[in-house]
Amino acid sequence: MDKSFFSLQEVESSYGRLPVLHKVSLQVQQGEIVTLIGANGAGKTSLLMTIFGNPRATHGHIYWQGKDIAHLPTHHIAGLGIALVPEGRRIFPAMTVAENLAMGGRNSVYASVDLEKILEMFPRLKERFKQRAGTLSGGEQQMLAIGRALMSRPQLLLLDEPSLGLAPLIVKQLFEILEEIAKQGMTIFLVEQNANHALKLADRAYVLVNGQIELSGTGAELLDNPEVKRAYLGSL
Amino acid sequence: MTAYILAQQLVNGVVLGAIYGLIAVGYTMVYGIMGMINFAHSEIYMLSAYLSTIVLAVLVYWGIQSPLVLILLTLGVAMSMTALYGWVIERLAYRPLRDAPRLAPLISAIGISLILQSYAVLTQGAKTKGIPTFIEGVTRFGDAVNNVQISNIQVLILIIALCSMVALNFIIQHTAFGQACRATQQDRGMAEILGINTDKVISLVFVIGSAMAAVAGLLVTMNYGSFDFNIGFVMGVKAFTAAVLGGIGSLTGAMLGGIILGVSESLFAGLVNSDYKDVFAFSLLVIFLIFRPSGLLGKPEVEKV
Ligand SMILES: Nc1ncnc2c1ncn2[C@@H]1O[C@H](COP(=O)(O)OP(=O)(O)OP(=O)(O)O)[C@@H](O)[C@H]1O
Ligand SMILES: [Mg+2]
Repeated sequence: MDKSFFSLQEVESSYGRLPVLHKVSLQVQQGEIVTLIGANGAGKTSLLMTIFGNPRATHGHIYWQGKDIAHLPTHHIAGLGIALVPEGRRIFPAMTVAENLAMGGRNSVYASVDLEKILEMFPRLKERFKQRAGTLSGGEQQMLAIGRALMSRPQLLLLDEPSLGLAPLIVKQLFEILEEIAKQGMTIFLVEQNANHALKLADRAYVLVNGQIELSGTGAELLDNPEVKRAYLGSL
Repeated sequence: MTAYILAQQLVNGVVLGAIYGLIAVGYTMVYGIMGMINFAHSEIYMLSAYLSTIVLAVLVYWGIQSPLVLILLTLGVAMSMTALYGWVIERLAYRPLRDAPRLAPLISAIGISLILQSYAVLTQGAKTKGIPTFIEGVTRFGDAVNNVQISNIQVLILIIALCSMVALNFIIQHTAFGQACRATQQDRGMAEILGINTDKVISLVFVIGSAMAAVAGLLVTMNYGSFDFNIGFVMGVKAFTAAVLGGIGSLTGAMLGGIILGVSESLFAGLVNSDYKDVFAFSLLVIFLIFRPSGLLGKPEVEKV
């Protein structure tokens, strides 16, 4: 049993026989922004996907509000109040913006109220409401992926490299939006390669190397850490 | 003279095409969601011909006379029974192979086809079965020599086929289930992450596809009167051709492909040679597979990424 809001304890997972996570333990308290940084192939995406049971944790526990959810089917996780903005956005390209958002809120009783708020937060989505999502720009698709995740009114928002492939100006907007969402009380677990932005935003951070947690600390601590500076921030 | 023949073949073609379309949607929906050709689908159609006949016989034995009541009741029972077959087949033959190499479910499908055919022969015999016509009457346009005929049964086929298609289209485009269905088709993993039980969606797709095949089974039986355990094969290839023609994975494509195939096949039979109409249809399939595998309305592969 674990009393924390959300935590992983010694979680391992693998693709077939190829192990990808090695005894990963971390925790996220309610209201925190926690970030996970790591190089390409470190296993960041795999970690988020393991939370959703795909690949499944072969060892360890995933605690959500006191309950071990490591063995639940993937489609049960969303209903617990955990939402994911996945790597590569994974919006439904042949569906409209409206339908994509509806997909996020399909089990939420607040869907219509939240839709209003989300369209206010992302005016571009409002303009393109009836348009096929596949025709949106990369930045707009990222906003849609975030909006879709928020539609379920989650208590924990997981994001996988939301800034990937976006222009610097859009990245800046994106982090402002994340900050705004956090201010409204959302707990955020953010996976990023953009370590500089992410560490500045985060309360706490973890560094993942080859499927193992190597370092952890407050955002400010890691920003100052010489190793982190060298490996993830570009030597300054 | 030829104008009348042409018009007559057009009428016959549309009726035939509507039936192809009804079966084609089963192929296209399963392909769209699982990337797999369900070769057992045509055997569901074959079974539905037997089921319809049995139900009709029982209802008539019970003294039900009204053709409309007969048709609706038969449709209801046949659709529910084939839906059950579809559900069971998916559970037994495909779900255990969900993560297997692509060839495995294909082989499983062929196995199921053989099992269903043998099952029909064992329980019903290998002889051709039939039902008497119970809807009479034709409408003629033109004079005694030059005319275009449309029988009441053809009208009925068109109406029932159209209603089924409209209903299916509505379900897919405008209901929560349809939305879940399309999401599963586009990105199954993401649909799961959003809370959709995609196994259930896939089950329902088999159920719906099978029920549509049952509609076709009853309509064909009413129209042609006779059938045997082998009717699935040719009909299956035709309906599959229709699905490919329209763009496999696309619902509107399957309906459109059905009509196009039915009309062109009828025209070919009426104007060129009726003995080679099946060859014509199969050639069309081959030509499309070589030169335009994405069909008329199909999306180019890139969009699936
Ligand atoms: N579906 C999969 N099947 C097999 N191996 C996989 C699969 N997905 C990822 N891997 C492997 O697992 C390892 C970790 O990949 P993962 O995508 O989790 O890394 P990441 O930290 O998210 O990298 P990036 O920053 O590039 O997104 C890599 O070696 C990758 O090749
Ligand atoms: Mg990744």
